[in-house]
Amino acid sequence: MRYLKQFALILAFTLLGEALHALLPLPIPAAVYGLILLFLALLCKLVKPEQIRETSSFLVGLLPLFFVGPLVGLADSFGFIKGDLVPILVIIALGLLLTFGVSGAVVQGLLKRRQR
Amino acid sequence: MNLTDFFSSLSYLPVMLTVGCYLLAVFVQKKTGWGFLSPIILGAAAVFLVLKLIRMPVAAYTRENRFLAYLLTPATICLGLSLYEQLQKLKQELPILLAGILAGTVSSLLVTVLLCRLFQLNGALSVSLLPKSVTTAIGSVLSEENGGSASVTTAAIILTGNVGYLLGPVLCRLFRLSDPLARGAAYGTAAHVIGTSRALAEDPLAGAASSLSLTVAGLITALVFPLVLRFIG
Repeated sequence: MRYLKQFALILAFTLLGEALHALLPLPIPAAVYGLILLFLALLCKLVKPEQIRETSSFLVGLLPLFFVGPLVGLADSFGFIKGDLVPILVIIALGLLLTFGVSGAVVQGLLKRRQR
Repeated sequence: MNLTDFFSSLSYLPVMLTVGCYLLAVFVQKKTGWGFLSPIILGAAAVFLVLKLIRMPVAAYTRENRFLAYLLTPATICLGLSLYEQLQKLKQELPILLAGILAGTVSSLLVTVLLCRLFQLNGALSVSLLPKSVTTAIGSVLSEENGGSASVTTAAIILTGNVGYLLGPVLCRLFRLSDPLARGAAYGTAAHVIGTSRALAEDPLAGAASSLSLTVAGLITALVFPLVLRFIG
């Protein structure tokens, strides 16, 4: 019964997210609305972590599986990227380098400044 | 009934394949201890091999795999709980972390837009590459809803994550990131869930910062995505 209640609560946030996605004219996924709402509900103590913990950790554990299907599907859409493979790899490499460096350096720099 | 039709009629086969091959790949990675063997890539390769073997079309597999995809939205929403719990641990450093995640996410989007224009990639491909630093749950949906390809986005996301996982320690030295919070923010912002697993292995505090960063970076990307799209031709 406990897990069923947890699942129902998570489904309720999913439904809310879906409704917001349908009603608001923004290209924001339903999951993002749901995530923000759940986070706010936890912050305002409307929902306690214990009310969703086990089912939530089961669902989060499923996340890597959602990478597998689309990757298999890539076999079918490979023609779409074949001609641009080199630019794509360059973009991924430079993007990673810059994102990693900027986010890390900003945090490190600000932490150092605070210590002084 | 021939064998291919028989396999295609089994609606639970694709989901079983996905879960089974992924678990097998996790097992293989643990046994060999080879970090570069991503269970996701290995699992996908195993699924592909089985599909070829039983002559099941990839399209039929992806179609039935939607039962799993159905749980993607609730699973992503549950990241809200981990966001809440990491926040309790990192309250003191929150403004600094947020500044870093925001700067990193904006740089990621800007450099991608600039390079896509430089290489004159088409609009659909550019949209597919934009969310490559965030977790698939958010990135692939953003891409698909704006005319991109979920498969290409997923591949870019996985590649980004795995390169970040492998080169992370080198990048930390290159950018002189000695603080666990700085390392965590870098791993989570640049390399999402896959990077977070590396950060967790390095240091619990880095893991918490990375976990917070991956969710916040996903949220920021989703919120500014409509703006960024305007710069794509």
